[in-house]
Amino acid sequence: MSDLTSLTIADAREGLRKKSFSARELTEAHIKAVEKARALNCFVTETPEIALKGAEEADKRIAAGSARALEGIPLGIKDLFCTKGVLTTAGSHILDGFQPPYESTVTRNLFDAGVVMLGKLNMDEFAMGSSNETSYHKPVINPWRRKGSNTPLVPGGSSGGSAASVAGRLVLGATGTDTGGSIRQPAAVTGIVGIKPTYGRCSRWGIVAFASSLDQAGPMARTVRDCAILMKTMASHDPMDSTSVDLPVPDYEAAMTGDIKGLKVGIPKEYRIDGMPPEIEELWQKGIQWLKDAGATMVDVSLPHTKYALPAYYIVAPAEASSNLARYDGVRFGLRVPGKDIISMYENTRAAGFGREVQRRVLIGTYVLSAGYYDAYYLKAQKLRTLIARDFEDAYKKCDVLLTPATPGPAFGIAEKTDDPIAMYLNDVFTVTVNLAGLPGISVPAGLNREGLPLGLQLIGKAFDEATLFRVGEVLEKAAGPLPRPTPWWEV
Amino acid sequence: MTTAVTAVHTSRADTGPLIEGATGKWEVIVGMEVHAQVLSKAKLFSGASAEFGADPNEHVSFVDAAMPGMLPVINKYCVEQAVKTGLGLKAAINHRSIFDRKNYFYPDLPAGYQISQYKHPVVGEGVVIVDLPGGKSISVGIERLHLEQDAGKSLHDQHPDQSFVDLNRAGVALMEIVSRPDLRSSEEAAAYLKKLRAILRYLGTCDGNMEEGSMRADVNVSVRKPGEPLGTRCEIKNVNSMRFVAQAVDYEARRQIDVIEGGGKINQETRLFDSKKGETRSMRSKEEAHDYRYFPDPDLLPLELEDAWVQRIKGSLPELPDDKKDRFMRDYGLSLYDAGVLISERESADFFEAVAKGRDAKLAANWVINELFGRLNKEDKSIGESPVSAEAMGAIVSLISDGTISGKIAKDVFEIAWSEGGDPAAIVEKRGLKQVTDMGAIEAAVDEVIAANPQKVEQAKAKPTLAGWFVGQVMKATGGKANPQAVNDLVKKKLGV
Repeated sequence: MSDLTSLTIADAREGLRKKSFSARELTEAHIKAVEKARALNCFVTETPEIALKGAEEADKRIAAGSARALEGIPLGIKDLFCTKGVLTTAGSHILDGFQPPYESTVTRNLFDAGVVMLGKLNMDEFAMGSSNETSYHKPVINPWRRKGSNTPLVPGGSSGGSAASVAGRLVLGATGTDTGGSIRQPAAVTGIVGIKPTYGRCSRWGIVAFASSLDQAGPMARTVRDCAILMKTMASHDPMDSTSVDLPVPDYEAAMTGDIKGLKVGIPKEYRIDGMPPEIEELWQKGIQWLKDAGATMVDVSLPHTKYALPAYYIVAPAEASSNLARYDGVRFGLRVPGKDIISMYENTRAAGFGREVQRRVLIGTYVLSAGYYDAYYLKAQKLRTLIARDFEDAYKKCDVLLTPATPGPAFGIAEKTDDPIAMYLNDVFTVTVNLAGLPGISVPAGLNREGLPLGLQLIGKAFDEATLFRVGEVLEKAAGPLPRPTPWWEV
Repeated sequence: MTTAVTAVHTSRADTGPLIEGATGKWEVIVGMEVHAQVLSKAKLFSGASAEFGADPNEHVSFVDAAMPGMLPVINKYCVEQAVKTGLGLKAAINHRSIFDRKNYFYPDLPAGYQISQYKHPVVGEGVVIVDLPGGKSISVGIERLHLEQDAGKSLHDQHPDQSFVDLNRAGVALMEIVSRPDLRSSEEAAAYLKKLRAILRYLGTCDGNMEEGSMRADVNVSVRKPGEPLGTRCEIKNVNSMRFVAQAVDYEARRQIDVIEGGGKINQETRLFDSKKGETRSMRSKEEAHDYRYFPDPDLLPLELEDAWVQRIKGSLPELPDDKKDRFMRDYGLSLYDAGVLISERESADFFEAVAKGRDAKLAANWVINELFGRLNKEDKSIGESPVSAEAMGAIVSLISDGTISGKIAKDVFEIAWSEGGDPAAIVEKRGLKQVTDMGAIEAAVDEVIAANPQKVEQAKAKPTLAGWFVGQVMKATGGKANPQAVNDLVKKKLGV
């Protein structure tokens, strides 16, 4: 039954309903795949017992004809989501042993719809990173390798465990979170689909906060349709999250008509950046051609403040993070390193509990909020944010959706960029603008480069118009054709 | 907590009472930041109970404990209470305000930040009128009112070498009410706090219970020579009674004068008030002050108030102390002083109005203020605990007004009603305390006293003021029940004085 792990969520849903296989069989196949793929280091915590229990319940419901929307679908959950009674570390040493006594709204939505949890997925510490190398639990390895090479590659980040486990067929789909590109960038470099919905579409309640004004949960899966299916269930208005939006959640699958005739696609000239590899430019041109072929028209647009997005992001996100991470003090949960008094206990705990990148960002964030620097950094960054959002508003007067590359390059080697934070931060150059403007963005696989590594294209939508992203995304996906499956070199 | 954006600007033009120093007279300048706990069942951003007196950590939600991924949600009722208070302070209501994070590490602050309002408070400028003894009134400017969370409480007496933390208070809604430096003495400072407390209690937005910490004041004190610019101020934190506020101001003013006159300089600093020793002590200097790194809380949207909602709250405001005072003076003909005493608590004013209804209001005010309040004060009771009801008090006033009893007898009746209870009319009836108005009986008593004291009669004729002695004797003979005026008239007539 090993090909059960290669099903799409849509097919699995169909197969379960038709009783072609049981939820238990589907879950067991995935548990086996997870066990065989420990070399990828995708999971912080495997939860086979919980999964089997969920599958049992799913089979009962299917038999009783009361199957829910995602009955029996095995998923992985990024370790940033608090899961009741299940270790939740956010990829950090400082949350050692933390078993939340509550369930995040997004995972609650999924479990209430019948999802089976295979485990908690590895990630960059507190979602700070673009390669999964900042995780306290060691890096995740990308299932993809360069042609003829054994060099281990990063899966992107911060949702690296999510991306690699989906690409490696360990799970049918996964939850991710995206603060500056943490869903779309790993999706692109592992050849899967990932969408960051509009800010406010998914509840942030119960998701360990990185940068509250940017954080947003979203699905990662192997097809656009699968993401649409998961999105429908993950999204909800939550009175417990003041920033969640009270808007109906559309039927995204129904919106996927395949028809984009007359659609106006904006091509932002500022995304043609210096030093961009030719293969990325070629990929973008291919994408433009595919959409044209499907009947869309291309419109040149300008997003003039794009070049300020990355610096603005690296002020706003660390500023919020420095405050959000103050609660990790060793007092109420997680790691505690004793000290001679309370202050030294704080200091010892935070010094031992936070990794280098997290410490760097807490320091940057503290600095930019300090008296005398606030106006020059934080306030200015907020103003830029307004200008960046206005750029998009202006662009959407001329088009319905934007097409850009998802990343400036393919997956890179482990430890290749860890000594150069700026080079690492540049991975998010195409994705951060979307978070700063609160807009939805989807990354869709668009083929392999010459080295055989996947690359992705990004579609950016109007606020709360995820439906258009799914519709256009599916057109791109079809035009690009299915990616080959990465060779399971990791299987033991 | 100190609001760094507060402008040092006083709206007072007059000079207050001055303090004598070695180099001349000094003026003390006081401004206050009062933390008033919002009267609300639930906390400001979590559904947890805000009730006082539970066992430690009984009222703590995941939000209050700052568990990972928890988010604050504003309690609409607390906002309504703040708006109501703003309206009661005749202040501008800001239809858009913003919650900020004030960042600092402290064991009783689980999130590492307090949610407060910094640059954009919910309530702007207002005014409080404070009546001082002697009939003077001052206007104290209100700079702003903002909402913020309270912190928890550290318990240092539970373990030999550890401190415990009780988070019951953590997240409870506070209103920080910032005055301008418009106060000029310890008396004014205490009177302002008293008036503010009365307004909050009238509004029902804070119970004003200073012992339980529902109201605390940070007192900013500086001194200057009259007419000179404002001096450097020190902030005295968390003073929790009117008396302590007065003590702290007096001590701090004297200390600052002594420092300056001794050739020293006042350093801007935070001080604490030691109520046992009646002195202030340095806590931390300006240099040691925290950098709170305020920034808008990204978990909360700006607070937008609809004008119709604000107007609805405005329409529901009760009569406030100043209006009540004016009405008491106008409708009941009371003096400013009497009206001021009666309105100091809403319950007292209500009690008085029940007593005065359909009766001689001035007489009612006299009896309520002098007899009842005097007695309540003596026994440290509140008006709600009075053993004499408004109805009984009214009955006593009626008995005096219609001549049934004299004022003197009324005091006895009050005493009986206070200690034994009962209906005053019945007490009078049962104990035969009715005033004797039968002129024949009074005349007989007068004749008897005159006949028995011929020597005194002669003396009285020479010195008419001695007539009082005869009146006293007659009253004594009638057990105090004779109408004193009638006795007086008769005695004078019979003595021919």
